[in-house]
Amino acid sequence: MSFAFYLIAGLSVAGALAAVLLKNTVHCALALTVAFAGLALLFLQLDAQFAGFAQILVYIGAVAILVVFAILLTRGSETPKDGVYSRNPLIGLVIAAAIFAVFGWAILNSTSFLPHESAKPVVSVMDIGNALMGRYILPLEIVALLLTAALIGAVIVAMHEKDGAQ
Amino acid sequence: MTPLTGYLLIAALLFAIGLAGALTRRNAILVLIGIELMLNAANLNLIAFWRYSPHPEALTGMMFAIFSIAVAAAEAAVGLGLVIQIHRHAHTTDLDQMNRMKG
Repeated sequence: MSFAFYLIAGLSVAGALAAVLLKNTVHCALALTVAFAGLALLFLQLDAQFAGFAQILVYIGAVAILVVFAILLTRGSETPKDGVYSRNPLIGLVIAAAIFAVFGWAILNSTSFLPHESAKPVVSVMDIGNALMGRYILPLEIVALLLTAALIGAVIVAMHEKDGAQ
Repeated sequence: MTPLTGYLLIAALLFAIGLAGALTRRNAILVLIGIELMLNAANLNLIAFWRYSPHPEALTGMMFAIFSIAVAAAEAAVGLGLVIQIHRHAHTTDLDQMNRMKG
């Protein structure tokens, strides 16, 4: 494990923790951007250049901005008077800790079955494009349909209702 | 500790953090943020397994992650649209106060 891995992993985990724990919702969205950037760096560290840059474009460029817009449109930056956590936050924490414990136990117990160091994969963006246009053409078309449906659906859901339309 | 184990542990930690956020926060947008973190942790798993698989040139895990990113973007757009519409209707994004579905 290299020093860069620990640095980037620490950055992602710190960003994720801040995104979940901070009181001000706008700060949460900005911390979420840090976590996304850390994950993009982890993708680059894993020699997945295309996925890393797609992560930066889609998550930092679109999803984080969308979240900030939604927070500002709903005036969610005002801290509510009865706290930011649900009535029984302990139950959620216990469930999350239990899930992490199970995952960690499974990962650490299966170390000997997992593949070890392997040669750096040589995959160019051209290979990815060829795969998308060849073997994965049907999923690509379905994703295109899904994105169109989501675009229309999101616009219809968030559209202003005309007076008397109800 | 092999590199793959390290990546899997980081992904598990991020998933647990996202789950804790989705389960404990009151604000609907913060719950969506937690779900995004969980999706991202799953993507990290897919990319890590792709990188250390015997046949990375088959691109299976990479394609899975790319499609997952696209689906997550669609999910975020629709989810935030729903939150904005609920706020316009009920003037709150507090999940504890969203206790009826009647319009």
